[in-house]
Amino acid sequence: MSKLHVTTTVNGDEVEYLCDPRETLLDCLRDKLNLTGAKEGCGTGDCGACSVTVDGRLVCSCLMLGVEAEGKQIETVEGIADGDVLHPLQKKFIEYAALQCGICTPGILVAAKSLLEKNPDPTEEEARYWLAGNLCRCTGYDKIIRAVMDTAAELREAS
Amino acid sequence: MALDDQKSIFTFVGTRPDRPDGLDKVTGRARFGADAHAPGMLHGAILRSPHAHARIVKIDASKAEALKDVKAVVTRADFAEVPFEPGLEGEFWNVLENVMAGEKTLYDGHAVAAVAATSALAARDALKLIEVEYEVLPHVTDVDKAMEADAPVIREGAADYSVPEGMHPNVVRYHESGHGDVEAGFAEADLVVEDSFVTEATHQGYIEPHACLGSLGTDGKGELWCTTQGHWIAQKTCAALLGIETSQLRVTASEIGGGFGGKTTVFIEPVALALSRKANRPVKLVMNRSEVFRATGPTSSASMDIKIGMKKDGTITAAEGTFRLQGGAFPGAPGDMTAMCAFAPYNLTNVRQVGYDVMANRPKQAAYRAPGAPMGAFAVESVLDELCNQLGLDPVDMRLKNAAAEGSKASYGPTYERIGLVETLEAAKAHPHYSAPLKPGQGRGISCGFWFNHGGETSVSLALSEDGSAQVMVGTPDIGGSRASMALMAAEILGIPYENIRVTIADTASLGYNDVSHGSRVTYASGLATIKAAKHAVEKLCERAAAKWGIPVDAVKWENGCAVPSGPNAGDFDPLPLADITADMGATGGPISGHFEATPEGAGVSFGTHIVDAEVDPETGKTSVTRYTVIQDAGKAIHPTYVEGQYQGGAAQGIGWALNEEYIYGEDGRLQNSIFLDYRIPVASDLPMIDTVIVEVPNPGHPFGVRGVGETGIVPPLAAIANAVSNAAGVRMRQLPMSPPRILAALKDK
Amino acid sequence: MIEVHLWSSLRSLTGGQQVVEVEAATTGELLKELVRLHPGLQAPIDAGVSVAVDGRIIATGLSEPIPEDAEVYLMQRLRGG
Repeated sequence: MSKLHVTTTVNGDEVEYLCDPRETLLDCLRDKLNLTGAKEGCGTGDCGACSVTVDGRLVCSCLMLGVEAEGKQIETVEGIADGDVLHPLQKKFIEYAALQCGICTPGILVAAKSLLEKNPDPTEEEARYWLAGNLCRCTGYDKIIRAVMDTAAELREAS
Repeated sequence: MALDDQKSIFTFVGTRPDRPDGLDKVTGRARFGADAHAPGMLHGAILRSPHAHARIVKIDASKAEALKDVKAVVTRADFAEVPFEPGLEGEFWNVLENVMAGEKTLYDGHAVAAVAATSALAARDALKLIEVEYEVLPHVTDVDKAMEADAPVIREGAADYSVPEGMHPNVVRYHESGHGDVEAGFAEADLVVEDSFVTEATHQGYIEPHACLGSLGTDGKGELWCTTQGHWIAQKTCAALLGIETSQLRVTASEIGGGFGGKTTVFIEPVALALSRKANRPVKLVMNRSEVFRATGPTSSASMDIKIGMKKDGTITAAEGTFRLQGGAFPGAPGDMTAMCAFAPYNLTNVRQVGYDVMANRPKQAAYRAPGAPMGAFAVESVLDELCNQLGLDPVDMRLKNAAAEGSKASYGPTYERIGLVETLEAAKAHPHYSAPLKPGQGRGISCGFWFNHGGETSVSLALSEDGSAQVMVGTPDIGGSRASMALMAAEILGIPYENIRVTIADTASLGYNDVSHGSRVTYASGLATIKAAKHAVEKLCERAAAKWGIPVDAVKWENGCAVPSGPNAGDFDPLPLADITADMGATGGPISGHFEATPEGAGVSFGTHIVDAEVDPETGKTSVTRYTVIQDAGKAIHPTYVEGQYQGGAAQGIGWALNEEYIYGEDGRLQNSIFLDYRIPVASDLPMIDTVIVEVPNPGHPFGVRGVGETGIVPPLAAIANAVSNAAGVRMRQLPMSPPRILAALKDK
Repeated sequence: MIEVHLWSSLRSLTGGQQVVEVEAATTGELLKELVRLHPGLQAPIDAGVSVAVDGRIIATGLSEPIPEDAEVYLMQRLRGG
């Protein structure tokens, strides 16, 4: 099967790749662009470990084809920090030990950032429902939710 | 071992610093199993049996092999059939048979062939061209049916010495233990409750699928990168299955995306190496989620009978349990562990327990956090709850009355050393959760739980740098923040800041053999070895100081990161900081390192008590866990935040096991729910905050008093939740998971 | 002499005895003596056992000392997750 040429923007950088029309955006990010931060936990859109934003919208990159990224703005976990300055969510996740093994962390950070951009003052229940698409098997979510809620409070104070 | 030499006042231990791998894990930089690439790398894919039980008549891979993108196809013939010394026997043979089917496929998803091709898509396409002719055989997937006389035999002669005559060949191991006279005990009881319970198989559900990158040359030398709980066992097993020398295979553990016991063995690693050897190129193999469910190691399913007698004052007079565990198509279901753990929290005069290991046409079970214990606790603690309800007893008081303590005889035999069960029950009683009022429709459940914990082969090296910093090399993959704990323990001994210590998980070529990160052993055993390796280095630092000062080494002691004279008679010298000694160590005797290796044998058993509130919707049968408190003895919490994390994670997995998770097999013997949509693990909106209480009753077998904490936390939840649900619904729930259809059925039959 | 308590299903291998007496100073000697006196115990010991000495469970070590008046239990080999 012949490959298709795709031009897209990832974390602000314009990139190009050739992909098989069956390959997912996740495959392309990981195997063609070496952005292995997004993980494949299920390949069926159930676990959220591959979460990225596409033109600002939170998606499972395993459910989107690589060719569909043409002309889009993609943001991944690798783009969350501003250079060497961590995003407040990243700092709080370390401070709260909101990760144990860390495999779900990239997807959860992307999803949580997306939540706080849309809703700077979520209730605990809203945070839990927003993150219901991101499976974590280690933490029981307790410390994750606390980290997200505290980041939200800190960002509100700062703004 | 006396407690006298145990340290109890700490500078670093018990603090909560940031974990050393935090930055890598929040930026996407951490490299997990599937994140590796190699020059010239091929991609592998595995063809799996669609049948629960079938004879393989013929495999024809010629069409796949003819494709130009395909570089190798392997089947069972490509593994070590000719025994390599010391030979493929026992468990190695079982692992090989599981990794790649021989004459028969034994479960839905059993591997039958594998392909390596230039891309993942090409490998998957090639699988479709491999023709396998099967002769389908009768199958059995249920534990009770597998023991019936007419059940299909999965493998003749698989039973070991322990199985009494006359049992079905699918019963492969048998355990019976206990003490006293249970019949006499039941006769003394005011009330005897007898009931039967069933739990379904669940999966560890780690979010990272198995993944590896293997390279093996025709010279018998290889490299393997994989996500694993133990790279030495991966090394040993892969080498045996491929017929190469163990030391010629270097294995590096990637960051591991969860394991919980499921990554303590190999599945795809030997296949990647076999493909690599045939193609003469590195091969990457990554499972998809469906393969993880169908063909890795879920838990056993269980069928259990419990009988307990009690006096009106709550004294247990006798207890008896039969635990039948199905562990897939191979021996190994931990029926013995279930039996030995089930009554362990209680000081019983009369107890008898029987465990069965039963084979069925399902994937070979693997460990999952305290393997075997949660199902037994579910059955036993449900009956205890029923006794409390019928006798009008407080469930915590009843448990306190019967609780095992130092000096009492364990249900599995020996006399307990110092243990912390009573302390967890007292903490439960004092906790505000226990006295909080319940809303209408809610129920509260209590359960205790026990797990043995483990020591295991352990080897740690510690090297000091000229600038006074330290590197620690341990061999136990870090699943939940153990590098932070190791650094804290090393800091405590060396007396240098936590931040000045870097802990690395060494590869198999850099350290001696280390047992797997399992059995709640990492903080205990690698921690003990880190402490001893640091002390070893401190001895050398003291020697250098003694030489510099010209005094005997026993006149030097180590305090707050400095060598100091041990008393006024030793001489008057200013404290000599570690960095001052290491600065010129090359000229004063050479590099300074510490090392320790042993199989520590003082792991110390562990207990927990959980309190759960649950609410049942009578319309839908849906259960909500409204409040959850975990109380567990950690011995000594090195990094309390990560101890809490273990408690919370265990509880959350227990909630999933209790309420939703189960392997569902169809009449055809095929797994019907092999994706996360259908095998539903708890999501953030399913759970409340999980409160934790860390009880610290020091383990006599560790220099700082550590007991493992990873596993015990999954033992009480099944029963605690079942008790809460039963009390909320007004009907005893005897089968897990308590999914909405089962709750509705129970309410209807009430 | 050390009294070694077996788990009850091993009685069929020791002619009905659940407590057997052996002369041993270490866990390794103990296992060797058990097999010498009761050859039927070879199979369970090969399959894997632990030895509890005064309540401390020794999972693998063969050189652990056994004090003269110690309480000794033979246990199935423990496995963890």
